[in-house]
Amino acid sequence: MSLVVFIEFADGVYKKSSLEALSMARSLAESTQQKVVAVQLNGPCDSQILGQHGAHKVLHNGSDLGAFAADSWGKALAQMCQETQAEVVIISNTYSGKSLAPRVAHELKADMASQVVSMPETSNGFRVKRSVFSGKAFAWVQLTSPIKVLALTPNSFPIQTWNESASLETTQVSASSTIQVESVQKVSGKIPLTEAEIVVSGGRGMKGPEHWGMIETLANQLGAATACSKPVSDMGWRPHSEHVGQTGITIKPNLYIAVGISGAIQHLAGVSSSKVIVAINKDPEAPFFKAADYGIVGDAFEVLPQLIEASK
Amino acid sequence: MNILVCISVVPDTTTKISFTDNDTAFQTSGVQFILNPYDELALTRGLEIAEANGGKVTVVHVGLSDSEAVIRKALSMGAEAAIRINAAPTDAQQVASELAAIAGGYDLILTGRESIDYNGGLICGLLGAALNIPSINVVTRIDYINGTWSFDRDIDGGKESVSVQGPCVASAQKDLCEPRIPNMRGIMAARTKPLTVLEPKNNASGVTYTQFELPAPKQGVKLIDPSQAAELISLLKNEAKVL
Ligand SMILES: Cc1cc2nc3c(=O)[nH]c(=O)nc-3n(C[C@H](O)[C@H](O)[C@H](O)COP(=O)(O)OP(=O)(O)OC[C@H]3O[C@@H](n4cnc5c(N)ncnc54)[C@H](O)[C@@H]3O)c2cc1C
Repeated sequence: MSLVVFIEFADGVYKKSSLEALSMARSLAESTQQKVVAVQLNGPCDSQILGQHGAHKVLHNGSDLGAFAADSWGKALAQMCQETQAEVVIISNTYSGKSLAPRVAHELKADMASQVVSMPETSNGFRVKRSVFSGKAFAWVQLTSPIKVLALTPNSFPIQTWNESASLETTQVSASSTIQVESVQKVSGKIPLTEAEIVVSGGRGMKGPEHWGMIETLANQLGAATACSKPVSDMGWRPHSEHVGQTGITIKPNLYIAVGISGAIQHLAGVSSSKVIVAINKDPEAPFFKAADYGIVGDAFEVLPQLIEASK
Repeated sequence: MNILVCISVVPDTTTKISFTDNDTAFQTSGVQFILNPYDELALTRGLEIAEANGGKVTVVHVGLSDSEAVIRKALSMGAEAAIRINAAPTDAQQVASELAAIAGGYDLILTGRESIDYNGGLICGLLGAALNIPSINVVTRIDYINGTWSFDRDIDGGKESVSVQGPCVASAQKDLCEPRIPNMRGIMAARTKPLTVLEPKNNASGVTYTQFELPAPKQGVKLIDPSQAAELISLLKNEAKVL
């Protein structure tokens, strides 16, 4: 019986969110006495790194599944889960993870929960906490099927290390998809928003796209990703992939810095799980100050240069 | 060409969320329900494609009779027919299994990226798996070119273009299109369009929601003088320890 973690390998590295999932699985295994199996479907495998982050065993697929597609990868992952008698399958709640998880759950006839934000409770049945209403609330859900599939939100569990190594087993699982990947465009050199630990975000108060240089400079210096409010992406000042909130992306970084954003309920929904929130707004009545830990009532164009200077 | 759009009915985005019965149920009284914003995009793009290719759009909803006003809105946007599966939706797996029972035979099935209440984002993949057809989530472009479905979809840190021959399921992401606003003619026509009510087939169960909670309230904001903004950086380093 085992806890399986699906390991995403992209652009030559293991995704941080996969190592978080692995660390969570190992922490869970300490009390349930299960074995943690890291399953990697593509790319070269480094069982040492996976062992250090909690895997007892690494199951690596040696045959090439081709470009990511939810249907073929879902079948392959489900087959490998069966090989290791998985009881719990943990996948990161990323775009690809979330397309994979339901296909795996269907194959394994498993109950599943997405947007999971903490370690499962196993003392009385199997319960997980997930975020609902776009971050406005949390819910505990009970899963009862023999196999369970979880999609874990990035930044929900800290990466940990163990002074151990994992055994490596290579298997050959193939599956084909009718989805043809024509082209892939990656934004290089940028920290993915959902995984970022620090996010600097701008709203309509930034007045126009020409002022985003300041947001980007501050973000670069802090090692942060950039985000924006809905009207900012609606007006085309920033790409829609940066739009956070109820109808955008939900994020939970350690630090969220909101500049010139009013703090409407739909915006707060997507960011209120951030550990520390900073609001910078010239209007002392802006609702964001009620949701923030630190605030500066002032003009962004005077405040940002000082922050840039101080964080050099 | 037959297109099926799966729609959900959700609390309006301005809703202040609260719970009843010892935090075991969502407080619905006084809440206004709307068509899920992502489903509006799915429906709008489905209609555009059907209109360009001589097709028909059907909408389907798993829910009780109180959601019929929202279903009529979908019809007023231009869908030709609606199906309501008469079961209270409790979980993505239950909803997907009911949808799968009627979703065979369509050329394209569309869902929203997620419903903005429970944010599962699972229906697209579950339905694709149940029907054994490809599923493509978070799509920002859908075109039908020479008998092939062509999509752009968001991936982590970028975008990709994919194509599929034959029936598939896709979930609509923001940027797919501007949602269509029903006009007077559409609203009048919707009144007499067919809305078929079917009884649930599978009664699948899925997960159970046992308890809800609200995020812990903030302790209150610490204000920093705008002329001393650099102070913020040292507080974030030394007090909050997030830098
Ligand atoms: C169905 C629906 C879904 C929505 N979903 C989302 C969502 O997902 N995400 C989202 O963000 N919004 C969403 N919204 C929109 C939301 O209601 C707000 O309109 C939006 O968040 C406001 O964006 P903003 O704060 O950037 O702009 P504004 O409301 O215009 O606020 C700008 C702020 O900047 C301040 N400001 C102006 N100049 C300066 C300056 N020089 N220095 C400092 N501060 C300054 C102002 O005081 C103001 O508070 C949604 C709305 C609806 C109806």
